[in-house]
Amino acid sequence: MEIVLVSLLNGLVYGMLLFMLASGLTLIFSMMGVLNFAHASIYMIGAYLAFTVSQFTGFFPALIIAPVLCGLLGAAIEVWGLRRAHGNGHIAELLFTFGLVFIIQRVVQMTWGMLPMAYRVPPLLDFPLFTFYGAHFPAYRGFMLLVSAGMLLATWLLLKKTRVGLIIQAALTQPQMVSALGHNVPRVFTIVFAGGCMLAGLAGVIGGNYQTTEPGMADAMGPIVFVVVVFGGLGSLMGCFIASIFMGMIQTFAVVINASLLDLIKPLGITLTGDNLFTEFMTVPVARIGALLPFALMILILLFRPRGLMGTRDT
Amino acid sequence: MNMAKSFSKPIDEPIVRPVAKPIARSAQGWVWTVVLIAAIAMPWLFYNYTTHRHSGFVVSMLSQMGMMSILALSYNMLLGQAGLFSLCHATFFGIGGYATIHFLNLAGAGSLPLPLELIPFLSGLSGLGLAIVFGYMATKQRATAFAMITLGIGELMTTAALMFHHFFGGEGGVNSNRMIDHSLFGFKYGASIQVYYLILAWTLLSALAMLFLTRTPLGRMANASRDNFERVQFMGYDPRMVRFLQFVLSGFFAGIGGGLYAITYEIVTFDALAAPLSANALLMAYIGGISAFGGPILGAVLITLLQSGVSLMSNSWLVYVGVLFISMVIFAPNGIMGLVEAHGPIVRAGRFGRLVVPYVRVIVPGLVMLLGFVGVVELASFLTIGAAQGKTLVLFGSKIDVHAVLPWLAAFVCLIGGLFWFRIEAQSFGRVWDGLMSELKPQRSAA
Repeated sequence: MEIVLVSLLNGLVYGMLLFMLASGLTLIFSMMGVLNFAHASIYMIGAYLAFTVSQFTGFFPALIIAPVLCGLLGAAIEVWGLRRAHGNGHIAELLFTFGLVFIIQRVVQMTWGMLPMAYRVPPLLDFPLFTFYGAHFPAYRGFMLLVSAGMLLATWLLLKKTRVGLIIQAALTQPQMVSALGHNVPRVFTIVFAGGCMLAGLAGVIGGNYQTTEPGMADAMGPIVFVVVVFGGLGSLMGCFIASIFMGMIQTFAVVINASLLDLIKPLGITLTGDNLFTEFMTVPVARIGALLPFALMILILLFRPRGLMGTRDT
Repeated sequence: MNMAKSFSKPIDEPIVRPVAKPIARSAQGWVWTVVLIAAIAMPWLFYNYTTHRHSGFVVSMLSQMGMMSILALSYNMLLGQAGLFSLCHATFFGIGGYATIHFLNLAGAGSLPLPLELIPFLSGLSGLGLAIVFGYMATKQRATAFAMITLGIGELMTTAALMFHHFFGGEGGVNSNRMIDHSLFGFKYGASIQVYYLILAWTLLSALAMLFLTRTPLGRMANASRDNFERVQFMGYDPRMVRFLQFVLSGFFAGIGGGLYAITYEIVTFDALAAPLSANALLMAYIGGISAFGGPILGAVLITLLQSGVSLMSNSWLVYVGVLFISMVIFAPNGIMGLVEAHGPIVRAGRFGRLVVPYVRVIVPGLVMLLGFVGVVELASFLTIGAAQGKTLVLFGSKIDVHAVLPWLAAFVCLIGGLFWFRIEAQSFGRVWDGLMSELKPQRSAA
């Protein structure tokens, strides 16, 4: 029972982190039709910047400064890179962000080195929030939940209740019309791209000390975030939210389940003998294939719903 | 004017006779003949007559170029010809490799009566088989969603390769022995030079087959569904079927490449199907040029050279490749081959001489900029990665202190000064280029 509760909370924390990344990705995608491959790299930069900034100012100012820097970086990428690549077609934009992944990866290694950073949870939040059945729930994870929920509420309010949000929403579907009404649509694009990068940066700040801040963190996070976006349906924020929480749960629950496919069919009186690939496939415990599950699930859902969970459009 | 002329012509006569095409084609034929002869002769240029041995480094690099050419060419069947941005191409290369190791083991044990020369065909079939399964899922979508799905497939296979030990052997991979004592021509394939010629033969065969495929109706429909898939639907074709067939066939050729990889190294680990190799296929195809058939071969040769040359000298060669790739995406979307081809009309018109001086004027600031860029990257990388490895930066025999201000200042001045200078010169180069192009235009349409 306590395992279920702890996993549920951890899954929620991880799912919210995923959603912070995936929501920025979805916003950028639905507006510009570009899936930003470098999104997870911005997440990594956010974590590294937060580490460096927090050396000088402490954790809480870094919580603001690092995402802002990431947002500026995103704006620069959009204005000087993506906009030029746009002229060469749709695939060129994808390729451009894909190339950025390599560059950011190496630049981070060149600036901060190959070893993990000593980016730690601030002492103020380094205590167990509550304990049940002997298991501690760290206060920092509660703080993560708070930050991500607050950020998402702020984004939602910005999109739904303000004038800027209204223009952004209109530009999502009718860019020509919005442009004809006298709004600077390219600037709206820049703002959205920068905003998405800011969200990624913020996710990096709170995710960097939850996981480890090291050069491989973008590669570890990237594929999962893309799976979430595809699973939820490209361009759908709601689907993206459900998919994020679901994937977060899957990932945390998988590590504690020790059953295998064979256990599922055992009651039917089937036993497997011999040492071959099939036996191996049937007897491998779920805990070991946890890393594989998101990808397998993505393929499964695409077989039955090619547009993803709540996707409304093809690309 | 032109309209009136073409209307006055009899209908059965083609309106535009491409005069330049056959010349270009025969010139291309010559180029490829030269490349082939060079590929055959290259190992002998590095033959050591005192020890009677080929240079191992050169032979293994050439073998690598061969396999990578197949990989890049088959990748271009998707990206260049069908407009599909795939991120799991190495999956089929890798599965071809793993399967080949098992085929070799079977053949070595005597239960697979097949000569070594024909085993890559089986590798291709393994690639094809897996491509049917994954292609069925991935080709339901196109463009961005296709890229995402292939990313997931690639990750799925990489994680699976680390988990299931029977087929993939886990982290250690699987190994075998290529000397199976069964050959069409009686070779033992113990020496790497024999394997190189086997690779060359398969590369040539695959390249010709892929060239042939571009001229079939399928190849044409792939181009059409890349450019306008809705129109393809109106014409009664199913673009999904076109994508699927193209995907499956490209998986077949990638599998052949993987088979040659397995035969060469006699060991296959998960590196052969992991994401970096997929990315490499993309880089090679794109930098070489995806619009020309030979572009990926050029890219494969170039990247392999860089990989075995620069990566020995520099920790940060991926930065250079990444920056080269991004600049290509923005400024030269048709790759190196596209840049070369753009000069075709000018050279044919005999006007290339007028570009020499502008070129020199662009290249000088370009080199300054490059020097500054390399300087900044290397200084930064020695400051962190190099320091961790205990290396020091040595230039012209003298040590350079990466903590001093002077080298950094010099590098930044070169980079930023070169950048501004380059922009000015590039603009004047652009004017000369546009002038030449507009001069040539009336001539071309008259011909």
